[in-house]
Amino acid sequence: MSAEMSHVKGEPVGHPYSERMREVCTLADLPVNGARKLVHGDTPIALFRTLDDALYAIEDRCPHKGGPLSEGMVVGAQVSCPLHNWTIDLASGEAEAPDHGCVRRFACELREGKVYLDVGH
Amino acid sequence: MSVQKKRLVVIGNGMAGVRAVEELLVLAPDLYEIHIIGAEPHPNYNRIMLSPVLAGEQTLSDIVLNDWAWYEDNHITLHTGVTITQIKRKQQMLCSKDGDFLAYDKLLLATGSLPFMPPIPGIKGKGVLAYRDIADTEAMIAAASKHQQAVVIGGGLLGLEAANGLCKRGMKVSVVHLAGHLMERQLDVQAATLLQTDLGKRGMAFYTGTSASEIRVNADNEVTAVVLKDGSVLPAQLVVVAAGIKPNTVLAEAAGLYCARGVVVNDTMQTYDPKIYAVGECVSHRGVAYGLVAPLFEQAKVAANHLAEMGIGRYQGSQTSTKLKVAGIDLFSAGDFVGTEASERIVLSDPASGVYKKLLIEKDKLIGAVMYGDTANGAWYFKLLKEGKDIREIRDQLMFGESNIGDSGHQGNMSAATMDDQAEVCGCNGVCKGAIVTAINQKGLFTLDEVRKHTKASSSCGSCTGLVEQILASTLGGAYSAESKADKAMCSCSPHSHAVVRKAVKEHKLLSAFAVMQFMEWQTPQGCSKCRPALNYYCLSTWPLEATDDPQSRFINERAHGNIQKDGTFSVIPRMWGGETTAAELRRIADVVDKFKIPTVKVTGGQRIDLLGVKKEDLPAVWADLGMPSGHAYAKALRTVKTCVGSEWCRFGTQNSTQLGKDLERLYFGMYAPHKVKLAVSGCPRNCAESGIKDVGIIGVDSGWEIMIGGNGGIKTEVAQFLVKVSTDQEAKDIASAFLQLYREEGWYLERTVHYLARVGMSYIKKQVVDDAHTRAALIARLHLALHNAPDPWLMQPASMVDKKQFTTIMLKEIA
Ligand code: SRM
Ligand SMILES: Cc1cc2nc3c(=O)[nH]c(=O)nc-3n(C[C@H](O)[C@H](O)[C@H](O)COP(=O)(O)OP(=O)(O)OC[C@H]3O[C@@H](n4cnc5c(N)ncnc54)[C@H](O)[C@@H]3O)c2cc1C
Ligand code: SF4
Ligand code: FES
Repeated sequence: MSAEMSHVKGEPVGHPYSERMREVCTLADLPVNGARKLVHGDTPIALFRTLDDALYAIEDRCPHKGGPLSEGMVVGAQVSCPLHNWTIDLASGEAEAPDHGCVRRFACELREGKVYLDVGH
Repeated sequence: MSVQKKRLVVIGNGMAGVRAVEELLVLAPDLYEIHIIGAEPHPNYNRIMLSPVLAGEQTLSDIVLNDWAWYEDNHITLHTGVTITQIKRKQQMLCSKDGDFLAYDKLLLATGSLPFMPPIPGIKGKGVLAYRDIADTEAMIAAASKHQQAVVIGGGLLGLEAANGLCKRGMKVSVVHLAGHLMERQLDVQAATLLQTDLGKRGMAFYTGTSASEIRVNADNEVTAVVLKDGSVLPAQLVVVAAGIKPNTVLAEAAGLYCARGVVVNDTMQTYDPKIYAVGECVSHRGVAYGLVAPLFEQAKVAANHLAEMGIGRYQGSQTSTKLKVAGIDLFSAGDFVGTEASERIVLSDPASGVYKKLLIEKDKLIGAVMYGDTANGAWYFKLLKEGKDIREIRDQLMFGESNIGDSGHQGNMSAATMDDQAEVCGCNGVCKGAIVTAINQKGLFTLDEVRKHTKASSSCGSCTGLVEQILASTLGGAYSAESKADKAMCSCSPHSHAVVRKAVKEHKLLSAFAVMQFMEWQTPQGCSKCRPALNYYCLSTWPLEATDDPQSRFINERAHGNIQKDGTFSVIPRMWGGETTAAELRRIADVVDKFKIPTVKVTGGQRIDLLGVKKEDLPAVWADLGMPSGHAYAKALRTVKTCVGSEWCRFGTQNSTQLGKDLERLYFGMYAPHKVKLAVSGCPRNCAESGIKDVGIIGVDSGWEIMIGGNGGIKTEVAQFLVKVSTDQEAKDIASAFLQLYREEGWYLERTVHYLARVGMSYIKKQVVDDAHTRAALIARLHLALHNAPDPWLMQPASMVDKKQFTTIMLKEIA
């Protein structure tokens, strides 16, 4: 079963706390209020750390024209795309109106200073 | 003492007469014992504004120009409700119906004009009105509240304004007009057709090319209908006659003064009797009687000068332009719009959007203009026309207006800032920009009302109000903008404008973007991608040594120190000081391109080389291998200093422009600013470095350097404005530094120098940067302090706060 929480609105499906959670980096590797880029196979993933240390992972491809969201400016739990300034909600993966679009989300969490991510397989 | 003063009597308490007195009071306040006699029971009011009053847009009290107190304060005796019936010139005595009324030493005739009432049956009927004064206007308003149908005779300026007013008061209005199209003295057929269509939509009916042959009245002599030449009958309970005016020469003629369609005056506004002057609509000057206030005010000025015994003014006639004061209708006409065989016409016609413009040109000069639907450039055309400017150079752009020849367009306020001092702002009162600026500066004016009071600008027809406000803004510079209510919030995160935020950062020593948001109670706790970079910049530029930079409040380009491309790669543009390079640099660039397989190498428009398509991971290694400083092509900071070869090589070069350019570029290396900053230095006026479109442009001349500021070669080309000429390199650097620091401290984020200049005005900048040596020195010192040891991010020194981790992508192994 695929763990990707693709294109559907609502709570992530799958098993976020499952064994598939992999340690990917430490919290200190992530800039506060910023992001790092991860690559898994062909999939670029943007891993965000907000001002209050909440973590979010979404596919690093803007629904507009594929801009690298990991390079965007983070405001609260949103990121603005560096190419044409669409705003993407980190929790839902959805573009803010009037724009339309949605990015894939990945479950992630912080355990003892380490960041765990479920990228499926 | 005052008994010995000569007595000046003015007949006519209207716009021209009272204006002449005002002008006289400025020149010679104590020369005369002044009396003004007026038939109307009111103090002087703005006759022009009777139209907005009729349309219900203004009230009578709004349009009073000189209230009762004004006469008292200026020791003027005002006799209202008195009609002078005779001038006894030998005795220098004026009579009213009761006999001798007042003796004079000097007399000023300002009796205006009388409406022309065509001699048709019924013209004396009850409900037939002219449109000239408050009494007429009040009668029309009263009629409109009782009756339904009105006929306006005359489809000129006055008639249409009357028709519009009555329409707005709910009447069904028909306009009868003798000529084939409306306003035939100001408009051609095309423009008039558009006008008629627009007015038709408001419910007016038009009968052109015909005339009223009779006004029908009932037994009580009340109007019931207007009969046209062809026999058709238009029922009406109100008839407004606006069929033209004739100079009111009744008194003058009876007194034996020479009149010919007006009281004839010479260029000093003197009549054939040297004791009697005349101004206003009652006058005929060089065979012309004017019916608009602008020329009358010019006349008033000249008459005042001679009455003040200064004897220098001459009135030489006026060109006039016309606007129709009907809300929502944009119409402008000036000069000769018919032309001759020899004249050329440039016409823009877009009936679908209701725009029509026609320019008439003869011998490379603009001789007339008619515009409908879009009159934004009316004042400019009128100026070209009056000054008889040779338009060959700008001919192909002429139709698109001044903005196309040098307007930023961004904020629409360029026109005011870049207008020269002689340019006329208020057509009615003949006030030029220089006079307004002087008044603002010398009398300490801050508001539109004050400017109106002191200069008269914008106090008559009001169509220049926007321009006057812009001049206020640009003259007062930062001061006005900070207080201006028009100041918009910088984004939806707070109600605060850029000006207010900048001020708070300084006054309350706010040292980070987040500190500003907290202190100023931002409604969104973390701001947005619009305000955060601005706040970050404001803190850093105001408190260069103390503020904390927040890289996360910067756009990716300034975090990664390269320009992000559409595929997520970056470009690398190394700095080449002044556009000069060496074999060694070029070799290293070539090696880098090979080693990192950089797909595109391009020479930029900024005299340097762009490596495009560099992977983010490669950036640090590319920078290291290049061994060249960052070009900051990605930052709101100093970009390039373009230079030409200059006196070192060029046979025309008068100055070493390359050297000055390189020096400046080193001086400002790493200088962040509200927006990008570009400089250029050319060695002679041939200007091969294109200094005329740079934020700071410098041009070498024999005796030194000419410095220009506020040029822009981008979205809207804007030619830089001359700031000052200096003789040495050091002075050039000082002036440039002081200006750039001023911009850094006061500019709003993403405001290029062209817009900053437009906002605060050239005279303000000159004062800070050129005139006042102390402020200049202080600005330079603050710039040096801020730039001292500016780090090169490409060397990744800690001070530049480059996040090194960003250059490694975390690769996740795929688990089978
Ligand atoms: C590379 C270059 C074009 C070239 O191949 O020649 C260029 C490329 C870009 N220009 Fe430019 N401009 C370049 C010279 C110019 C010039 C000419 C000049 O500098 O002499 C102008 C007009 C002069 C001026 O600025 O007044 C110019 C006016 C603009 C503007 C409009 C600015 C304005 O105020 O109207 C923008 C948009 C902006 O900055 O918001 C812009 C924006 C851009 C951006 C940064 C668009 C973007 O955000 O990605 C382009 C980045 C390309 C890249 O990744 O490298 N570029 N751009 C030139 C780099 C010069 C350099 O060596 O640094
Ligand atoms: C409705 C309307 C709209 C207008 N719109 C515009 C416009 O948009 N732009 C523009 O430039 N112009 C406009 N005008 C024209 C402008 O108002 C006149 O050109 C200007 O008012 C003329 O000034 P004046 O002093 O010569 O005459 P007036 O202002 O008419 O003053 C003459 C005064 O003299 C008094 N008087 C005359 N004879 C005697 C006497 N024997 N004894 C005592 N008092 C006497 C009259 O009662 C009158 O008050 C408009 C006029 C009207 C009526
Ligand atoms: S002109 Fe437009 S497309 Fe060309 S470099 Fe400048 S911004 Fe890019
Ligand atoms: S690619 Fe993200 S906004 Fe265009």
